[in-house]
Amino acid sequence: MLPRLEARPEPSHAMRYAAPLLAVVLTLVGGLVIFATLGKNPIEGFRVFFLSPLKDAYGIAELLLKATPLMLIAVGLAVGFRANVWNIGAEGQYIVGAIAGGGIALYFEGSTNLLLLPLMVVGGAIGGALWASIAAVLKTRFNANEILVSLMLVYIAQLGVSWLVHGPWKDPQGFNFPQTKMFHDAALLPILVDGTRLNAAFLLALSALAAGYVFMQRSFPGFQMQVAGQADAAARYAGFSATRTIWTGLLAGGAMAGIAGMGEVSGPMGQLTEHVSNNYGFAAIIVAFVGRLNPIGIFFASLLMALLYLGGEQAQQYMNLPSSISKVFQGMLLFFLLGADVFVNYRLRFSSSKR
Amino acid sequence: MEDGILGSILVATIVAGTPLIIAALGELVTEKSGVLNLGTEGIMAVGAIAGFAVAHQAGSASLGALAAIAAGALMSLVFAFLTLTLMANQVASGLALSIFGVGLSAFIGKAYESVTLPVVPTLRIPYLADIPVIGRAIFDQQALVYISWALFAGIVWYLYRTRPGLVLRAVGESPASAHSIGYPVIRIRYLATMFGGAMAGLSGAFLSVFYTPLWVEGMVSGRGWIALALVVFATWRPVRVLVGAYLFGGVMIAQLFVQGSGAQLEIPSQFLSSLPYWATIIVLVVISRNVTTIRLNSPASLGQPYRADG
Repeated sequence: MLPRLEARPEPSHAMRYAAPLLAVVLTLVGGLVIFATLGKNPIEGFRVFFLSPLKDAYGIAELLLKATPLMLIAVGLAVGFRANVWNIGAEGQYIVGAIAGGGIALYFEGSTNLLLLPLMVVGGAIGGALWASIAAVLKTRFNANEILVSLMLVYIAQLGVSWLVHGPWKDPQGFNFPQTKMFHDAALLPILVDGTRLNAAFLLALSALAAGYVFMQRSFPGFQMQVAGQADAAARYAGFSATRTIWTGLLAGGAMAGIAGMGEVSGPMGQLTEHVSNNYGFAAIIVAFVGRLNPIGIFFASLLMALLYLGGEQAQQYMNLPSSISKVFQGMLLFFLLGADVFVNYRLRFSSSKR
Repeated sequence: MEDGILGSILVATIVAGTPLIIAALGELVTEKSGVLNLGTEGIMAVGAIAGFAVAHQAGSASLGALAAIAAGALMSLVFAFLTLTLMANQVASGLALSIFGVGLSAFIGKAYESVTLPVVPTLRIPYLADIPVIGRAIFDQQALVYISWALFAGIVWYLYRTRPGLVLRAVGESPASAHSIGYPVIRIRYLATMFGGAMAGLSGAFLSVFYTPLWVEGMVSGRGWIALALVVFATWRPVRVLVGAYLFGGVMIAQLFVQGSGAQLEIPSQFLSSLPYWATIIVLVVISRNVTTIRLNSPASLGQPYRADG
C-alpha cells in the first residue's frame, strides 16, 4: 500500500492557503530537530528563537521594523513574479536605492526643508528602478535572461557601495571606518512610537501593500500581467504587450526595493555603510512566495520572516549559535512551501490497485 | 618565475577557470535532461564548506573533495525530490536551494573561519612541465585540473558517443516520446540532477580546499551563477563551456594582475573586481540576442515539469 499522487480534477482552493501554514509548522518542527541535532534543548531553542523576540512592546516594534523592507520588496517582486518576470536582483536594487537616498541626504546636508525626505524616497525609488531597468532593457532588447542579469547586478552594486564608502563618500572624521557621515535629523525618517526604532517607512510599506493590492487585483494592467504569467499564449493572442509586462514587473520590483534601501539608511542605520543590505532582497523572494504573491499574504509572511531574523539574533546572543541560522530557517521555509504546494494540484491516494 | 609573466597568467587563468568548468559541465548534463537547476551557487557554497570541514578534520584533501561531492549530490537530491517527484516549480526551487545553501554554508562555516589548510602541492609531470610558457600551465597543476579535463572528455564521449547519453538528450528534448518508448524519464532526470549537484559540490571544494585554501563566508561570490550563464553562453555544447570558462578565468585573473601591479593606475579595486560580472552580462547579451540560436540549442523541455500519466 504505497501512497501515490493523484491529480485533482480542480486545484484545491483550501490547500492554496493551507500550504503556507503547513510549511510554517514543518519549519518549526525542522527547527526543533536542528536544535536537538546541535545538542541544544529544543524547547529552550524554540522559546529563545520564536517567543523571546516578542516578549514586550519594543520587541514587537523591532519585528515591524524588520518586516518593513521585506513587505516593500516582496510586494514589488510579486507584481513581476505573477507575470513570470523573475527579478532575483532586488538585493542590488535595494543597495542602489540606499545609495541614491543616502546621496541626497549627504548632498543636502543641513537642509531642514520638509521636502528633503520625500525627495529621498523618490530618489531611492528611481535609483532602484534604474538598476532594475538595466535587466529590463537587456531582456526586452536582447532577450538576455533577467535572472542572471539582475543577479550579476547585485554583485556589482555591492562593489559599488563598497567603493563609495571606502572612497569618495567616506566620513573624514570616521576613524577610517568604511561608512558615510551620520545623516542630519531632517534626513532621518520620523519615529512612530517613542522609545522604539519603528519609523515612517512602515507606513510606506503598508501603503505599498494597499497600492499593490489595487494594482494586482483591481486594475486592468494588473490583470494583463496575470494572464501573461498564467497563459503566455493567451496574453499574446489578446494583444497584451510582453515588453510592457517585463518593464512593469522589473520597475515595480526595483522601485520598491529602492525605497526599502532608502528606508534602511534613513531609518535604523542613519548612514550608508557596506553592510546596508541584510540579505533582505533575497529573503523578500521567499516572502513573496510564502505570501502567495498576494499583498495580504505578504503582510503576514513578512512578519514571519522578520521573526526569523530576530530569532537568529536572539539565538546568537543567548544560545551561542551563528545568526546565519536565520537563513537556514528561511531556506527551509521555502522548501517546505514548495513541497506542500504539490497538494494544491494533487492528492495522496493510499491504494494498491494499479489503476 | 623563469618563464615570465605570460606563463604565470596562463597558470592562474587555468586554475581560475577550473571551478567554472566543473560546475558548468555538471549543470550542462542536468540541463540536457531537461532540468533547470538554479541552485548551483548554493550547492557550491555547501560543497566548499563540507569539503573544507572534512579536509580539516580528516587531514586529507581528497576526502574533503569526496565529502563535497556527496554533499552536492545530497543537496541536489532535495531539489530533485521537490521538482521531479512533487513537481514544484524548478525556478523557485532552484532559488530556494541557492538561498538555503548559502545560508547553511555560513552557519556551518562559522566554526572554521580562522582555520587554514595546508597547501596541496601540484602534480608536476617531469620534462613536459619545463616547456617554455605553456609548460607549467598544462603539466604542473592541481590534480583537480587534470580531472576537469578528464571530466570534459568523459562528458563529451558520454553525451555524443554512447547510447545512455543519447537517451539522456532525448529525455531533455521530448520526455513524452522517451517515456512512450519505455525509458524511465524521472529516474534519468534524478540521476542527471544529482550528477550536476555532485559536480557543483566538487567545484566548491576546489575553491575552499585547493584554490585559496581557506573558508570565507560568501567565497563562492557568484561563480555558481556565472557557471549557469556559461551553459547558456556555450549554447549547451561542452567544448564551448571549456573555452568560455577559461575566458572567464582570464577576466578574473587579468583584474587581479592589474590590481596587484597597478597602484599607479588609479582605478578603484572595486571597479576591477566587478569586471567578471559585467563580462557575464555582456556575454549573455551577445549570445541571447539571437533568439533562434538559443531556441534551437536549448533542450526543448528545459525547466518544464513532466509527469507520466494519462
